[in-house]
Amino acid sequence: MYTEKVMDHFSNPRNVGDIKDADGVGEVGNAKCGDIMRIYLKVDDNDVITDVKFKTFGCGAAIATSSMVTEMVKGKTLDEALEVTNAAVAEALGGLPPVKMHCSNLAADAMHEAIKDYKAKKGK
Amino acid sequence: MKRIYFDHSATTPVDKDVAKLVLEYMTDKFGNASSIHSFGREARRAVEESREKVAALLGAENNEIFFTSGGTEGDNFAIKGVAYANRKKGNHIITSSIEHHAVLHTCEYLAKNGFEITYLPVDEYGMVNVEDVKNAITDKTILISVMYANNEVGTIQPIKEIGALAKARGIYFHTDAVQAAGNYPINVKDENIDLLTMSGHKLYGPKGTGALYIRRGVRIEPVQHGGAHERNMRAGTENAPGIVGLGLACEIAKREMNEKNSRIAALRDKIIREVTAKIPHAKLNGHPTLRLPGNVNFSFLYVEGESLLLNLDMKGIAASSGSACTSGSLDPSHVLLAMGLTHEVAHGSLRVTLGRGNTEEEVDYLLEVLPEILDRLRAMSPLYGESANLKPANPCSTCHVH
Repeated sequence: MYTEKVMDHFSNPRNVGDIKDADGVGEVGNAKCGDIMRIYLKVDDNDVITDVKFKTFGCGAAIATSSMVTEMVKGKTLDEALEVTNAAVAEALGGLPPVKMHCSNLAADAMHEAIKDYKAKKGK
Repeated sequence: MKRIYFDHSATTPVDKDVAKLVLEYMTDKFGNASSIHSFGREARRAVEESREKVAALLGAENNEIFFTSGGTEGDNFAIKGVAYANRKKGNHIITSSIEHHAVLHTCEYLAKNGFEITYLPVDEYGMVNVEDVKNAITDKTILISVMYANNEVGTIQPIKEIGALAKARGIYFHTDAVQAAGNYPINVKDENIDLLTMSGHKLYGPKGTGALYIRRGVRIEPVQHGGAHERNMRAGTENAPGIVGLGLACEIAKREMNEKNSRIAALRDKIIREVTAKIPHAKLNGHPTLRLPGNVNFSFLYVEGESLLLNLDMKGIAASSGSACTSGSLDPSHVLLAMGLTHEVAHGSLRVTLGRGNTEEEVDYLLEVLPEILDRLRAMSPLYGESANLKPANPCSTCHVH
């Protein structure tokens, strides 16, 4: 039911873990739903994302989208990263099963929350 | 890669001798059992011999066995058939909250058509309390339907006691024994069962086969109308090849039951013992002893079931889970929730159901790879370890469609 790309990101997820001194942390979902995604960001003075990590509790799609979004925004500016949507993440993975489009495709939201957190901390 | 099948509650492989026989009744002995000529008589004879074998497995009389297309049809037939035939007597049906959807959705359908349904709770082990059944009975109660053994957690229900209660009150008692039949000793007479649903593909028989036991004297009407098949109770040309396969599968199940069950239960107990001893944050779901010989069900905290299944699948192991992601809905298993598990814990459930082909070597392999997979998923989980204490802003506080 999952594409090869999804299975690749699921079985070899990129950028798993946390960043102890993260500049921004964002989390969406809740355990009740079966999906929680948390994104950690390091951002330099030019608003470029220099490092990004994730921790996810959830199904195959939740893990694969988390992994994919970290790949998509690493090295991007915050403005560029804000343009990455859940739909774009799903597309980059070659699509998700319809039922997963709803409940497990929140990784971009988590990343946006992390950016929001960073901006709040910086007073931007 | 070697593939290991630990999902026997979903379906079982057809026994090789059964498959051979089915093929014979498809190609050579293909007659319509209703035909008068020798081809028909040949099929008829085989159908009736199968009826005897199914009856023998359940401790029933031959004329109390009606062939169906499987568990779902059997449940529909039993529940709707009894409900509509006894409507003048009453409109109340008692069932449990952990039934298969074939029972639950049939009851929901009847509720829309003037019947009242009581869904009994279960305890933490997934067991119905006989006192609750007793207290739910009203003078309008016409049917009690409680499954023999639960498909997810394997808990064996107090069937004989519920049956005795129903009998004393003149209420019909149906049990969905799809998981139990052929995998657990059943005697419908000793256990006061009026109607029992069974399915072929859970006991190494073909899919699309099954039977409903209806005790002689039970007031029931057919739900499928047409020809005079199955003594006017279930219209439709008999699936002779399937029925013959079901019959042989029942014969084999009866013959091998004791040996098979003690061997499978030993494997089950090894898994339960080892997982409990070696894997932290693991909770056994279902009753510690009163459970199907092949059923293991654990919740592993901080991981999600589908991820676990996919990882096991990559290692060649086929199992199942009660997580929402595997149920195709937003909610995890209704059985686990009815047992009082939180959503979080239910999402992390793993069901391993053993069958007669499984070996100790396969069990050892599972016990070897499972801890590694759980470690990996937990290391990735924001709910586990140090990071669980972090609580950033959470804009998604309820489950909804995003």
